Amino acid sequence: MEYKLTFKEYNKSLKKDKLLGLKCNDCGTVTCPPMMVCGECTSMNHEISELSGKGKIVTFTTSYIAAEGRENEAPYTIVMVELDEGPWIMGNLVDMDPKKVTMDVIGKRVKLGNRVFPGDKFSAGDITRPAFSLDN
Amino acid sequence: MRRVAVIGTGHSKFCFNSPKTSVEMLSEVAMDAINEANITPKDVQAVNVGNVLGDFEEGQGMVQSFFANDIGCFNVAASRFEGACASGSMAVRDAVMWVASGYYDIMLVGGVEKCTAMGTSLATRTFAMFGDSRYEFPAGFTFPAVFALLSHLYASQYDISLPTLKEQMASVSVQSHEYAIKNPNAQIQKQITAQDALNSFMVSTPIQLQDACPFSDGAAAIVIASEEVAKKLVKKPVYFAGIGQASSGKLSSQKKYLPRIRARELASQQSYSMAGLTPKDMDLCELHDCFSIAAMIAAEGLGFFEYGKSGEAWLNGETRIGGKIPINISGGLKAKGHPIGATGVSQVYEVTRQLRGDMIDQGRQVEGAKNGIIDTLGGDGVLVSMILTNQ
Repeated sequence: MEYKLTFKEYNKSLKKDKLLGLKCNDCGTVTCPPMMVCGECTSMNHEISELSGKGKIVTFTTSYIAAEGRENEAPYTIVMVELDEGPWIMGNLVDMDPKKVTMDVIGKRVKLGNRVFPGDKFSAGDITRPAFSLDN
Repeated sequence: MRRVAVIGTGHSKFCFNSPKTSVEMLSEVAMDAINEANITPKDVQAVNVGNVLGDFEEGQGMVQSFFANDIGCFNVAASRFEGACASGSMAVRDAVMWVASGYYDIMLVGGVEKCTAMGTSLATRTFAMFGDSRYEFPAGFTFPAVFALLSHLYASQYDISLPTLKEQMASVSVQSHEYAIKNPNAQIQKQITAQDALNSFMVSTPIQLQDACPFSDGAAAIVIASEEVAKKLVKKPVYFAGIGQASSGKLSSQKKYLPRIRARELASQQSYSMAGLTPKDMDLCELHDCFSIAAMIAAEGLGFFEYGKSGEAWLNGETRIGGKIPINISGGLKAKGHPIGATGVSQVYEVTRQLRGDMIDQGRQVEGAKNGIIDTLGGDGVLVSMILTNQ
């Protein structure tokens, strides 16, 4: 059984601001980030689908500490976004001063961009993540 | 299945910068547990150890074998369990099943960690390995950040203003510090006020330093045995009435339930159902308060309070001795400390000693306690629940 949407392919697309997920042909659920099976019904009858990259913030935090090697990124804001297609995805909020982000951002609409974590000795290469900005 | 009992316990002082190695810390507490059980190392048929980051802390993998050899449990089967902060509980639960099944009669279970040897920044990096490395670490995922995300979600979902939630969170930490002063094994024996908590360094909004457990070094161990063997060896065996374990995936994949942790609810339902007991039957609880908000979410998931209401319970003293359900009378991870591989074993140690009535001298005995529950959360995805009873 082959993995339909590998991390490698997902990562390559996200670098071009294209967010890929898997749409289930059995139950219609969209799974993103990708998994082997549909996150809802466990079917493997799904296909790769490009998502809009739009959604709303469900929660956030501004971190003043960071893991080894990433100290210069702090402070930074992490957001959990509910995409219009249904999945939740973790990314950063990049167009606001992290120190000024408050509970008011919950529910705000955002659109997708990307940032690349260049990697460290534990990460097996670079990794791209969604970088959201407010979609006014 | 046979009933299984704890017959011996050992616990180091949890601390910063232990001068001892992991094998030394673990060996000392294991010998205490073996002595208390009235056995010798030769009677131990197998060893389980919870250890998470030995590879990074001392460059020591498979600590379980070196440890077993060190204490004279020569050539026994020795297994290491890794489920982040729930590793020790996983090691206990697995051993309980081996003894319950009849495969072994006596097992030794330990947990050890030397987190502070890594320093804060490598420790933050390695702890973050227990989130999803591909899809969540790149955004700057750390464990304070995870519980910070859950804090804001909790406030928004249950319609609690952030200042109110912060006051509730502070009360969780204040209580833990108060009990830790009475626990000689606790890492931080210092009273704090709610104001101290609210004035402390901002780690990841809204989590402040005094909402968070420390990095810790330490070890704990227990000896377990079948009921028949236990009754021959000790006067007060404490029995495992129920055990449960469940898992979950990356944080975003838990969207339907957050800020509830579904795997915790499933794991605790397994233990309640196996024990034939309910949350109302519990006389005390040691739960996974890696952050103050984590304690609140856990107390609700274990069935003690309604969703969104546990903060009020802490503020009202319902979680203290004499309250509805005494929680973390050890000082919890917050103040007792959190040497991650040892934590689950330490929780079992605490509840066992409470159920034996051993805490009177320390001034923190839950009088007449019959049943106690422990809850351990590892990373994004291992939840273990165990119920102990002296009945």
